[in-house]
Amino acid sequence: MDTKSIVYIALFAALTAALGLMPPISFAGLALPPITAQSLGVMLAGSIAGARRGGLAMLLFIALVAVGLPLLAGGRGGFGVFAGASGGFLLAWPISAAVIGYLIGRAPAAGFTLMAPMIAFGGIIVMYAVGIPWMAAVAGLPLTKAVTIMLAYVPGDLVKVILATIITRGVRRAYPAL
Amino acid sequence: MLDLYSPGTSYLHRLGPGPKILTMMLGGTGLFLFDSLPIACAAFIAIAALYPVAGLTAKQAWAQIRPLLWIFAIFFALQWWLSGLTTAAFVVIRLAALILLASLVTLTTRASDMIDSLTHALGFLRPFGANPAKIGLSISLALRFIPVLAQITQEVREAQKTRGLERSVIATALPVAIRTIKMADDISDAIEARGYRP
Amino acid sequence: MIEIKNVTLSYGDRTVLRDISLALSEHRIAIIGANGSGKSSFARLLNGLVLPTTGDVLIDGQNTRTHGKDIRQKVGFVFQNPDNQIVFPVVEEDLAFGMKNLGFPKEDIRRKTDEILARYDMSDLREHPAHLLSGGQKQLLAISGVLVMEPAYIVLDEPTTLLDLRNKRRVTEAIHALDQTVILASHDLDLLQDFDRVIVFDDGRIIADDRPENAIPYYIESMS
Repeated sequence: MDTKSIVYIALFAALTAALGLMPPISFAGLALPPITAQSLGVMLAGSIAGARRGGLAMLLFIALVAVGLPLLAGGRGGFGVFAGASGGFLLAWPISAAVIGYLIGRAPAAGFTLMAPMIAFGGIIVMYAVGIPWMAAVAGLPLTKAVTIMLAYVPGDLVKVILATIITRGVRRAYPAL
Repeated sequence: MLDLYSPGTSYLHRLGPGPKILTMMLGGTGLFLFDSLPIACAAFIAIAALYPVAGLTAKQAWAQIRPLLWIFAIFFALQWWLSGLTTAAFVVIRLAALILLASLVTLTTRASDMIDSLTHALGFLRPFGANPAKIGLSISLALRFIPVLAQITQEVREAQKTRGLERSVIATALPVAIRTIKMADDISDAIEARGYRP
Repeated sequence: MIEIKNVTLSYGDRTVLRDISLALSEHRIAIIGANGSGKSSFARLLNGLVLPTTGDVLIDGQNTRTHGKDIRQKVGFVFQNPDNQIVFPVVEEDLAFGMKNLGFPKEDIRRKTDEILARYDMSDLREHPAHLLSGGQKQLLAISGVLVMEPAYIVLDEPTTLLDLRNKRRVTEAIHALDQTVILASHDLDLLQDFDRVIVFDDGRIIADDRPENAIPYYIESMS
């Protein structure tokens, strides 16, 4: 792996951590994942850094969280978070970023209407597909109930998809060689 | 946030990062396995008692908890409402204990030592094509970038404010992203200029 | 001695340096020119960060194409923005980075770190987070990180552009005090009065190459 890839991996892990400095909106205590800006970092890691670098950036991020650095929104960190209701969403981050990176890698010049669904697929569908069953298992909820709860997060995630798409297209115009 | 290290010579400072991280992981997992208020309280007291042992002040311990007080308040209120007072106390005390424990490790361990032992511990990945030295470099870089990103965001936000654009997320986020990519390209040049061979 | 032989540098269809040939043997050499004149690209050629599209760059007889590692050690490089040069979160870790890359033994790393921090009056900042340093301290740390690698030449790309007046003076003094051969790309003409040689770039070509008292007025005139 070249130096540039190492730097990009570090950068997007750091970006996701920096987005955690924005206060999270938490509305059901430990039982539910908070709404944070950090999933925007996941989307950008995939859409800007690409499948491999983006996926590894998120892997690095969750490894740093696992060893106890308080990088998650609200200053959370440590192995405990994986045992919580939002643990599955966290573990899905590398997969989400890699899927987004893979899809966009196949159509780097995609317009807004094509890129936004790609980011939404990786950043919402893939993430929920891993996160919701995990949450249902940890919190002892039936799967249908867990899905219903997560519907509340969809509007916020759609906003992040739109932001990620606009930012990605802007950055890719400034750096066509990415 | 991450430049937490507080220089010292206590036993906890001299203890290698490996055992400290391992204890933290075991302790953290243990607290989740035993769902009981007395155990959480005992753990909290035991961890708090380690602060003076490490030559840290009550003020430093408090500084770890203080920024999270409002989250504790929300958790406490919600859990009280959802599941009763005991659960609420338990959840908040367990969280406080976990944060004090994690902070104790970061306060007594230099980031470079932490990274060195993490790099060492990741040696088992070598057969799978991962290079621990590169992982170590990427960890250091990530920790270095976090404050720089916060600063770039601040600068861009101020610049956009003078143009009346401070309410536009895109007007901040896009220049930050572009400057950040430029920084990444420069820093990879700088790393190679300082003799690093990938 | 640095020799640049018939060097042309292009990025895609954009040519930034056109057929440059130079021999640099003076102690203090400045490169000036407008933004986009090619002076930053020229600076990057000197330690092999950028390889010429055609032609060769030789440092003490070694080609940057074939002796990358030796040349990185021999030619130190200081960037415009120290934030883009400081790799590690803590001062002492960052100073150690270049020395570790060169395989210096631990006790040497420790000793050199002490020396360089004392030299720039930063001994109490050893364990300080790099991002909390002032702009001038950051640039001095960037220069220190290069000096500990014991280069014979130091290339600086606009090292004072982002600094306020006081920090600019501090960094300028540090540059003047260097024992090494200095090649400085700068907009800051005050810095160059006692240099041995000033090379003026315009649109990828050299338009003047002389003592500062001749080259600087020529440059100012060509800009107006």
